[in-house]
Amino acid sequence: MRKIYAFESKCLGCGLCEIYCRTAHSRSKDIVKTHKRESITSAIVVEEILSSSTISYFALQCRHCENPKCIKACISGAMYKDDNGVVRNNKEKCVGCLSCVLVCPFGAIKKNDDGKTVSKCDLCVDSGEPFCIKNCPNAAIKFLSEDEARVLK
Amino acid sequence: MLREGELRIPSGCAISGIIDKKGKKFNGKEIIKSIALMHDRSNGLGGGFAAYGIYPNYKDFYALHIFYENLSIKAQTEDYIKKHFDIEKAESIPTRYTPNIINVPLIWRYFVHPRINVCLSEENFMDESEFTSRCVIKINTDYKGAYVFSSGKNMGTFKGVGYPEDIGEFFMLDTYEAHMWTAHGRFPTNTPGWWGGAHPFTILNWSVVHNGEISSYDANRRFVEMYGYKCTLKTDTEVITYLFDMLVRKHNLPIEKAIRVVSAPFWDDIDREKSEEVRSELKSIRAVYASALVNGPFSIILGFEKGMIALNDRIKLRSLVAAEKNNRTYVASEESAIKIICDNPEKVWSPKSGEAVIVLMEGEQE
Amino acid sequence: MSLNFNTPDFEVIREESRCIQCKVCVHQCANTVHSYDEEDNVVCADDTKCVNCHRCVTLCPTKALIIRRHPLEFRENSNWCGKAIKEIYKQSQTGGVLLSSMGNPEPFTIYWDRILLNASQVTNPSIDPLREPMETKVMIGRKPEKLEFDSDGKLLTKMPPNIELKIPVMFSAMSYGSISRNAHESLARAAEELGIFYNTGEGGLNREFYKYGKNTIVQVASGRFGVHKEYLNTGAAIEIKIGQGAKPGIGGHLPGKKVGEDVSATRMIPVGSDAISPAPHHDIYSIEDLRQLIFSLKEVTGYKKPVFVKIAAVHNSAAIASGIVRAGADAIVVDGFRGGTGAAPTRIRNNVGIPIELALAAIDQRLREEGIRNYCSLIVAGSIRNSSDVVKAIALGADAVYIGSAAVIALGCHMCHSCSTGKCNWGIATQYPELVKRLNPDVMYKRLVNLISAWNHEIQELLGGMGINAIESLRGNRLMLRGVDLNEKELEILGIKYAGE
Repeated sequence: MRKIYAFESKCLGCGLCEIYCRTAHSRSKDIVKTHKRESITSAIVVEEILSSSTISYFALQCRHCENPKCIKACISGAMYKDDNGVVRNNKEKCVGCLSCVLVCPFGAIKKNDDGKTVSKCDLCVDSGEPFCIKNCPNAAIKFLSEDEARVLK
Repeated sequence: MLREGELRIPSGCAISGIIDKKGKKFNGKEIIKSIALMHDRSNGLGGGFAAYGIYPNYKDFYALHIFYENLSIKAQTEDYIKKHFDIEKAESIPTRYTPNIINVPLIWRYFVHPRINVCLSEENFMDESEFTSRCVIKINTDYKGAYVFSSGKNMGTFKGVGYPEDIGEFFMLDTYEAHMWTAHGRFPTNTPGWWGGAHPFTILNWSVVHNGEISSYDANRRFVEMYGYKCTLKTDTEVITYLFDMLVRKHNLPIEKAIRVVSAPFWDDIDREKSEEVRSELKSIRAVYASALVNGPFSIILGFEKGMIALNDRIKLRSLVAAEKNNRTYVASEESAIKIICDNPEKVWSPKSGEAVIVLMEGEQE
Repeated sequence: MSLNFNTPDFEVIREESRCIQCKVCVHQCANTVHSYDEEDNVVCADDTKCVNCHRCVTLCPTKALIIRRHPLEFRENSNWCGKAIKEIYKQSQTGGVLLSSMGNPEPFTIYWDRILLNASQVTNPSIDPLREPMETKVMIGRKPEKLEFDSDGKLLTKMPPNIELKIPVMFSAMSYGSISRNAHESLARAAEELGIFYNTGEGGLNREFYKYGKNTIVQVASGRFGVHKEYLNTGAAIEIKIGQGAKPGIGGHLPGKKVGEDVSATRMIPVGSDAISPAPHHDIYSIEDLRQLIFSLKEVTGYKKPVFVKIAAVHNSAAIASGIVRAGADAIVVDGFRGGTGAAPTRIRNNVGIPIELALAAIDQRLREEGIRNYCSLIVAGSIRNSSDVVKAIALGADAVYIGSAAVIALGCHMCHSCSTGKCNWGIATQYPELVKRLNPDVMYKRLVNLISAWNHEIQELLGGMGINAIESLRGNRLMLRGVDLNEKELEILGIKYAGE
């Protein structure tokens, strides 16, 4: 299964992945409207790593674990693994208990601004290539199989 | 209007050549018949022939064929010739009245020998042939109205404005016996204006008839001009002749290597060569003689004292057919031009692009 | 005193209805033009700092930004134009030499644009590069006067070392230091994939890049930075840099702030020290000295590598070039006055040197008149902008061209002319790690490959149109060129006819 991998050495910290992630999961699919009228939490988060001499960045999102703790912890059955191995969250079923947020070992699930649901990476399965990858200006995020990733990392 | 030499005139052509490799001679009727068949490939603005072995009595003398526009330039040129050569014989080239041949210049020939003391003194040391070729280039460059159109030994060029069959008739080629003939019928896009512009083009024993318009012309011209040549006619044929003269006579390249220069194999083909030695040789040829590669469409027949070479461009953009029967080899732009003078040839073939047909007189080595 | 006469050159226009306050521009601008005002939730701009590099414009996800020339005008005056006035303000404030980057931007004639190419019609066929072989390979290096064969037809002549270019375009000298490690890596990898060469420039060669040696030309300039035996033997060819088009008569300058640990190790100079190359080579005060350096370099590399000599195109280039051939160089590189640079004194950049087209034509003609053109290769540089410039250069007489500005533009350079600040927002002319990172060699080398491959296709199309299927038949083939809007003298120097002739 292919997953999203972020390469710290290439990440500029520009945050465009977050912007496009929000847009991808918006109602309007329009960047301006998404950000001015909707309230969506990005499923990818750019973290700033401050060391003594330089600043580097790291983009983080769901690892689609083999035995996801979030699915086990989910009280409403909203969190599930689809046929392709993608861990997804059914917003209709989600009750916003945030158990998944608590148990995720990567901190890759975020509470939505509405407080009622959570937001997590679904690999943009419904629209082909993940938006964050398509729009990264430095090819710092890649959609790779585990084997490919092992070679590159 | 500008005349040939003052501008570049593209032209299409017919070419034909016959060689008897045992040296048996035959008169000009056959070659005229062959080139006449391709009448439609020329347009009456140029025709010519080269014949080898026609002056056995003067075979040690350079035979200079010269066009003059008037008597005064003739006198000036003859002064120059006398200063540099001993003249064994000077005469007007015999011609017969031919209705279609008009505006005829004065046509003379001289059998000459370079004056050794001038050879030695004038430009340091030069061998006879280098000396003669420089004198020819000098006349053609500096004596306006005079033009040396043939300068080899025991060979001669006959050419002019008209259809080739009429030119052959005019120069009475049926009265000359040669072991090798080449012919040219020309289709220039505009009028050359004078007889010097017709083909074959020659320098010393080299004669070239050529069909095509080479797109590398100026690269080739600027290259040979570095080595003492002066292209006065601005024609492809002239520059090809100089290239061969330079490669074979001045640089001493074997003929088949000279052919590799002007019709070089493709880099891909060189890379595919199995032998490292051949590969590096071909590479060196292309690197050193890059500017001597002749590019664009051409088929040429080269005559020289040792024999005849016919050659196509690298992607065969001009027609060329060859045939053999008994001791003779025929080459022409069209097969029909061979068949009309040679019943049932033993072998007829269309030489591949860049692959030369080399016919040497028996006893000659490449 | 706080009085400052300088006014902004550019104005940043932000379309507020499109701005989503994402702060991408804030993070991306190394010149700190953009800032976020948290209180009012707006992004603001300080126009005075903007160099118009388009980094923010390109990355803005909502295309809310436009940079344009600042509308502030001086009173109209053809003589004392705004530029002339501003330069005086700057110099009277700082007391310094004006510095500029990239090539001469002044409106001198661009001869490439006044030369037109030929094509075959009727009398000979054009050749279709999609269906027929079309050769663009060239060999760069010294050639013997002629080849000699023995009586069996075996080649006796030994060829001097030549390098093979699959495409007659190479990447010009840009030193490690003036441009970033990632830019260098992109150039090296592209050269390798394309079968061409890139040039180290005068800053030595990072050891990590030794693996690209067979596609590298190593430069030796007056500062001799990073020059040692191993370095010289790593490259496929060596280039002695006498001068460069952007600043004839002076040496390279690398400000100390660009000399970090890596650059320091590569150049063999202390961290943070300015790397100022002497104006001349102090062992070359004359042409015979050049011969000695050429042969020292040949000695140290066992006569296995061609040695190029690079000069700036100046008034007497033709005679100098002839001397260089006679001094034993295997190739001459001539860099025209539009050649780029990381930093040059403005007055020199804008007023010294001559156009490459004229220098090239004069040099090629002169070498032919002297009968020595075939001995060495002629490479030209100095603002070759596209494939038709390449074709015209070759038809005027060049063997190959170098591109510098075009290559960095392919890497993202937006010609903001601010390389000397070291704060290149595109990660090219900078050594700041967070900026260098912006140039991802994995992505960017491919852009160079694309550019040169595209040019190669175009060169093949143009050649085919002229009825030529090998690029050497174009070299010096000036009949393929015609001039427009040129005077007789210009035509004479270029050795071409007027269109219609």
